[in-house]
Amino acid sequence: MLSPADIETLLLTFKVASITTALMLLFGTPLAWWLARTRSAWKGLINAVVALPLVLPPTVLGFYLLVLMGPAGVVGELTNWLGIGTLPFTFAGLVVASVLYSMPFVVQPLQAAFTSIGTQPLEAAATLRAGSLDTFFSVVVPLAKPGFLTAAILGFTHTVGEFGVVLMIGGNIPGNTRVVSVQIYNHVEALEYTEAHWLAGVLLVFSFTVLLVLYSAFKTHPVAHQLR
Amino acid sequence: MTFPISARFQLDYGAFQLAVDLNLPNSGVTVLFGHSGSGKTSLLRCIAGLQRAQTGFLKINGKVWQDTERGIFLPTHQRPLGYVFQEANLFPHLTVTGNLQYGLKRIGKSFATEYIQHILNLFGITHLLDRMPDRLSGGERQRVAIARALVLNPEILLMDEPLASLDFKRKQEILPFLSRLHRELNIPVLYVTHSQQEVAQLADHLVILAEGRVLTSGPLAETLSRIDLPQAQDREASTVWPVSIAEQEAEYHLTRVAFDGGILSLSVVDAEIGTPLRVQIYARDVSIALEAPTATSILNVLPARITGITEGQGGQSVVRLQVGALPLLAHITRKSALLLGLQIGMTVYVQIKGTSILN
Amino acid sequence: MISNRFIRLILATWLILLAPAALAATTLVAVAADFTKPMTEIAAAFEKVTGHTAKLSFGSSGKAFAQIQSGGPFEVYLSASEKYPLELEKSGQVVVGSRFVYAIGKLVLWSVKPGYVDDKGEVLQTGNFKHIALADPAHAPYGVVAEEVMKSLGVLDKLRHLFVMGENISQTFQFVSTGNAELGFIALAQVIDINTGKMGSGSGWMIPDNLHSPFNQTAVLLKKGAENPAALALVDFLKSPVALAIIEKYGFGLPK
Repeated sequence: MLSPADIETLLLTFKVASITTALMLLFGTPLAWWLARTRSAWKGLINAVVALPLVLPPTVLGFYLLVLMGPAGVVGELTNWLGIGTLPFTFAGLVVASVLYSMPFVVQPLQAAFTSIGTQPLEAAATLRAGSLDTFFSVVVPLAKPGFLTAAILGFTHTVGEFGVVLMIGGNIPGNTRVVSVQIYNHVEALEYTEAHWLAGVLLVFSFTVLLVLYSAFKTHPVAHQLR
Repeated sequence: MTFPISARFQLDYGAFQLAVDLNLPNSGVTVLFGHSGSGKTSLLRCIAGLQRAQTGFLKINGKVWQDTERGIFLPTHQRPLGYVFQEANLFPHLTVTGNLQYGLKRIGKSFATEYIQHILNLFGITHLLDRMPDRLSGGERQRVAIARALVLNPEILLMDEPLASLDFKRKQEILPFLSRLHRELNIPVLYVTHSQQEVAQLADHLVILAEGRVLTSGPLAETLSRIDLPQAQDREASTVWPVSIAEQEAEYHLTRVAFDGGILSLSVVDAEIGTPLRVQIYARDVSIALEAPTATSILNVLPARITGITEGQGGQSVVRLQVGALPLLAHITRKSALLLGLQIGMTVYVQIKGTSILN
Repeated sequence: MISNRFIRLILATWLILLAPAALAATTLVAVAADFTKPMTEIAAAFEKVTGHTAKLSFGSSGKAFAQIQSGGPFEVYLSASEKYPLELEKSGQVVVGSRFVYAIGKLVLWSVKPGYVDDKGEVLQTGNFKHIALADPAHAPYGVVAEEVMKSLGVLDKLRHLFVMGENISQTFQFVSTGNAELGFIALAQVIDINTGKMGSGSGWMIPDNLHSPFNQTAVLLKKGAENPAALALVDFLKSPVALAIIEKYGFGLPK
């Protein structure tokens, strides 16, 4: 069965993943919109940077973040100067790292959804007196709903399953940075296989259920139909 | 005629350049006609503000929508226009009502007005209001799209080849609605097409574009009968006359229609006396005689005056004539023109072998 | 006739090619992460002296243990602790009597900042630091020892909320070397300057052995390697003076 410590890691994980997902949607949406619409020469570069976490081993990304956000790193110096202190081993640092790490899982589905909408509905909205922000919320958001759903769920589940980056910058502090993936790892390393199984089982069932709901919902989603 | 619409645009995309300076009437249907690549759609998009010309000036009914020199550019959503796209472009996530209300909400107008009911009836879409766009036929979608633009009661309606994506049957389904729109609503229309049939059927004023420039701009009958332009040589060259039904000759299955300067006999048209019609007369169906033929099977023989002659290709001459107040084109052989000694200013008789009724 | 001679030629060629292979074998070794540097050098010397090859797989001792339990291909296992080899012995994966201590782990309290850690470790009582790094005591041998040291000094409860825990000793070192943790318990091998035998940079305190239980880094010959001459030779070589000199050079204690 799950120990109170295990439950603590589960709750912490969902807290990290929820805040991370919210932040990713907040920052990822305008970024994905820009990437979907722009003809700027910077597009390729920005696309590549966003996709980097997909290819970089998480521990490598984590190590760079550890260095960058550390007291001698650029980011660390900035946060120190701002009076926040350094980010590694803090909840905030974990969220920042997770946002960077899971960003492609949010930006890419959104970008694809925005691209597939094309310019036509936007022009139609403009000729019907809607300004650009109005158009975004009244046309783009409803048409990109499947994209937002995918982005949110992939971003959330990917953050839940994140391990390497957390390991590198979290410091494994109970209640603060010890998330469920690290806890499972700890159980395995400590030869506590039963505990590991329980926790891994909960994670597996959760992730599978979420993905199953997502993919079944897609099949019948009316908007997904119309996007064809 | 006054020209309350002034449009001057210059666009340079390297391979494609647009340079137009147009004065257009603000009533009836103005057709922008040209082949693909002639710049007609770009011009329409510039007027809508969907495309931003490097240099541009646009004034409609005394209001400046765009003036590069003074740094004025009204974004599309601030221009009181209606726009109908080639594809209906309805919002797929909204019902027909939702689509119709989209613009109304943004100008703070109610859906339940007599004017809107009139438009719904005019386009026959009242029974479709609760449907989603993917449950509509192509023709229904395009009717909803036109209604969606019209319910805003725009100062001008811009239509970009609204029939091009439809098959022949659907086109025939929509055209009558467009003609009714023409007659029943007092909204000027700018209509882009590459179809001569749509020109003949809808245009009051015709602008012909080629390679980004305006070849001619003027009232339909005048523009169609310009013998200095290449289209007068075309095998399909024709003129279009506005007429109205004057008399039914039921026993002969004929209808007599009046035009500004005379009477024509047509095969029977089932409509009331006074109904306005458009009659298209192909230049190849018109022949010329120096004296009134006394014995001929051709019903429509009318006196006319020659106002222009030009030599075409393949031994053909194009003759421009004036019949009453209306211009007419005739394609005859060069030999006939010589034998008859046709000269500008001569009075002759035209025999019209065939006519087609456009609406 | 020609074909007969041809076949003989081929056979002769095969024999020539196979002869060294029969003499020089390869063995696969799981090595505790802290022993990375000395083992690399030992393996090079081993290859030079015996002609055999040792392929090294570095990682946490616990991970290697789990892999061996699940039928992993390792023939020799150099653990950072005594615990895992004993477990393997119980489950019968080990060649009987092959277990031996190959090195004594040495712990230091270290900081990247010069002068931060004094040579008596008083900083643990007086220091005003936010984070102290150690390997996770739940499974990493260095972490277990670090916790024992703090307990002996009576500062464990005071410091526990400042713990940041590395998954293994390498990661713990990264926490400290990047300055994210002001100080931490790491392996002497990670900071020793092999030319001087002292810490190369920063400041540190070599922790006396009497503050913790014996840190016996233990090796075993696994049953998979029982027949492999290279595996047998490596086990012997680890006890040779050449190997012991390398082990000492890298800041490990020698087995008694």
